[in-house]
Amino acid sequence: MSQAKEADLHVWRGDGNGGGLVRYAVPLRDSQTVLDAVTWIQRRLEPGLSFRFACRVGMCGTCAMTVNGKPRWTCRTRLKDVVENGRVVIAPLENLPVIKDLACDFSSFFGKWGKAGGRFAATATRLDAVAAIRPDSRRRRLADAGIECINCGVCYSACDVVRWNPAYLGPAALNRSWTLVNDERDGGREKRLRAVAGAGGCHNCHSHQGCATLCPNELNPTLSIAGLKRATALAVLKGEM
Amino acid sequence: MIKPHRNHPLWLAFLLHRLSGVCLALYLPVHFLVLGLAIDETARLGGVLRWSETLPVEMAVMGLVFLLAVHLFGGLRLLVLEFLDWHDRQKSVAAAAVALSFAAAAAFFLQVI
Repeated sequence: MSQAKEADLHVWRGDGNGGGLVRYAVPLRDSQTVLDAVTWIQRRLEPGLSFRFACRVGMCGTCAMTVNGKPRWTCRTRLKDVVENGRVVIAPLENLPVIKDLACDFSSFFGKWGKAGGRFAATATRLDAVAAIRPDSRRRRLADAGIECINCGVCYSACDVVRWNPAYLGPAALNRSWTLVNDERDGGREKRLRAVAGAGGCHNCHSHQGCATLCPNELNPTLSIAGLKRATALAVLKGEM
Repeated sequence: MIKPHRNHPLWLAFLLHRLSGVCLALYLPVHFLVLGLAIDETARLGGVLRWSETLPVEMAVMGLVFLLAVHLFGGLRLLVLEFLDWHDRQKSVAAAAVALSFAAAAAFFLQVI
């Protein structure tokens, strides 16, 4: 059976002022990832093509791009799996300002981590004994379910609520907040619940579950956000907020 | 056309909930307008009621019952998602909400024809 030897990669080129798709013919190889193909373009055809990557093995979360309309880790996406009629469209992540070509500015993304109370509030010092927390306790299991987030921005890019309301904190920041709400060593619960209950907070989520559907780490930010909705509602009923 | 990142059942469940809500919001003023005829325009109300018993209108009302049911069950689905412990059968629950809504609309239609 004959196989196509090349794929047409339509790569978004431009900057914050606008841009468009540019076609590059890339030879198809076995086990070639989308990141390999983009790197091949940069090395052989277009040295000025800008994009981010670091580990190339799904650990660092820097190479996320929009591939055929879906945000994905390009280092863990085989090119042959996404070629449609010999064509692949590669664009920068959505919901983030473009710096150049496929590289986005993550300042707002990480800024929202801070706004959602993403900083751990220590209740002990290094001189105190290590906290004894049972791994099978309910709160620890809830925290464990969300802590593998590597901040690749895929969920943020897939979130329509962020698209419609740029002030919305987004799935990653709220997921981080939920892991800290369940961290028994943390002392910032009340302040954090106030931060996520306000404008742009967890109650803005429409539960589309696109974040959970597309998260490459198979995390479930919708679960975390639902947990925050319950926690903030209970805090209000108990008069804690 | 639905964008690729939205192409999953739970986003469609959201879309159905939103569209059914908008349609019901558009219908409600008409509903109250007709009810208002009972106050001082009973003859016109009688005409509207006779018209409402024709087959095309009954079929449209079946659609209305579906919209009402799917918005109700869709809303209950969201309340369960947000206020009870998480479960991994989200797609099944959304499908069940649609199936129940079809059943409610069909039962209504069978009752009136």
